[in-house]
Amino acid sequence: MGAVSGPAGGGMNGTRDRARTLLGPLLAENPITLHVLGLCSALAVTKTLLAALVMSAAVTAVLILSGGAVSAIRHQVPRSIRLIVQITIIASLVIVVDLVLQAYAWELSKQLSVFVGLIITNCIVFSRAESFAINHGVVRSMLDGAGNGLGYGIVLGLVGAVREVLGSGTLLGATVLATASGGGWYVPMTLMLLPPSAFFLIALVIWGLRTMRREQIEAREFTAPGPENGR
Amino acid sequence: MTGSDHPARRPPPDTLARTLTVGLAVALFGSLLVAVATEMLGPRIDANAERERQQELEALIQSLPGIAELMSGAVEGAASIDAVVVDLASGETVPGADPAAADMRAAVDDPARSTELAPEDDAAGIGRRPDRGVAIIVRRGGEVAMVVLPVFGQGFASTMWGYLALAGDLNTVAGLTFYEHKETPGLGGVIGDDDWQAAWAGKLVRDADGAFRLGVATGTLRADATPHQVDAMTGATYTAAGVTALLRFWLGGLGWGPYLDRLAAE
Repeated sequence: MGAVSGPAGGGMNGTRDRARTLLGPLLAENPITLHVLGLCSALAVTKTLLAALVMSAAVTAVLILSGGAVSAIRHQVPRSIRLIVQITIIASLVIVVDLVLQAYAWELSKQLSVFVGLIITNCIVFSRAESFAINHGVVRSMLDGAGNGLGYGIVLGLVGAVREVLGSGTLLGATVLATASGGGWYVPMTLMLLPPSAFFLIALVIWGLRTMRREQIEAREFTAPGPENGR
Repeated sequence: MTGSDHPARRPPPDTLARTLTVGLAVALFGSLLVAVATEMLGPRIDANAERERQQELEALIQSLPGIAELMSGAVEGAASIDAVVVDLASGETVPGADPAAADMRAAVDDPARSTELAPEDDAAGIGRRPDRGVAIIVRRGGEVAMVVLPVFGQGFASTMWGYLALAGDLNTVAGLTFYEHKETPGLGGVIGDDDWQAAWAGKLVRDADGAFRLGVATGTLRADATPHQVDAMTGATYTAAGVTALLRFWLGGLGWGPYLDRLAAE
């Protein structure tokens, strides 16, 4: 999993280092745009901004707690069972988060449906546990979890806001563009209500980021055969 | 990953004892966490689910044809809506019983308040039948205008919980809704959709000879069955059969049959 490793430790625990652990994943090492992880939920729960934000909060909570827990027991866990131990910790935390949502945000938890449970299989959570928390101290791991959760939240929030405004004419339920069906002028883009629109929006974000930060562009994995070097 | 927080720390040795201890400890900790959360949040979640059910029931009643006129009193004679507790075996109402305490969902797991069904009687696949149920009855000028009955039964992947509304003749379906089920989304899950539920309005429970005909068609919906059946659902044979079976059970002698007979005799 070398490709998805976090910022290198640097060998000290300075404030700058911690700030980098927390802030790095927001833009420079964003789990969605750089590592392109966690897309399944990003497509499914970004129809409205509120759902996107609640989902991000749930993922962030799981990331922080699982980072801390995996880090705290990293010197005790034998390598042979470390994956299953991580999964057990993550799964327990996700169930708790799911129950909290059902208790305090019933309507939203029905809207998020299976995707809260699927945080267990969210690659971001697992990759942070396996590539960062298992090698770093508790505080650093929790900061890393918070940073990655927020980085995920920024992209989800952005996509959710655009989809809700263009698809329904509202933002957090408040009318922004008066829709034609409600007597206004705006004809909603039905595409924005469908999951593929999130693909387009995330692709635009990745394109924008990689145009600004050229170092994020990945090396080509192969060259397509052209007419001059073809078969 | 050059130079982590704790460089040169060797991973713990992979002994069998350590593997077992750590594995057990983590599993125990995880279970404890989940158990505590369930125990603390359970009542709140149950209350949320209960509120949802009330809303679904109200929505069903509101969506029934003609109910708006009934309630507004535009039709001759004042309308009343009552919840009555019914002893299912005898079909008699239980005066003074609290409808809130006669909830079928709570009673079905309680041996003191339910009766075990013999396998050959258990068409709906519910195992035990609650002794009492709560019927919601709408009267207009003393006449029964509509009766709403809770029904449930085994589908493909879950117990399907719903309400069946019959019109005043007790033979015409006014509406059918399922407020909770875990059938496959997109296949059997259509039983939760408004379109599918709307198809039931106007179906007749029994034909002129008194034979039970209500249900979901198996295969093509034949012309002579359209007054009684709705179209089959693609890819949801078990769900469809479950719906038909639960309707047959709850409208039969072990379900609401005795109560409906008494109502008809009124």
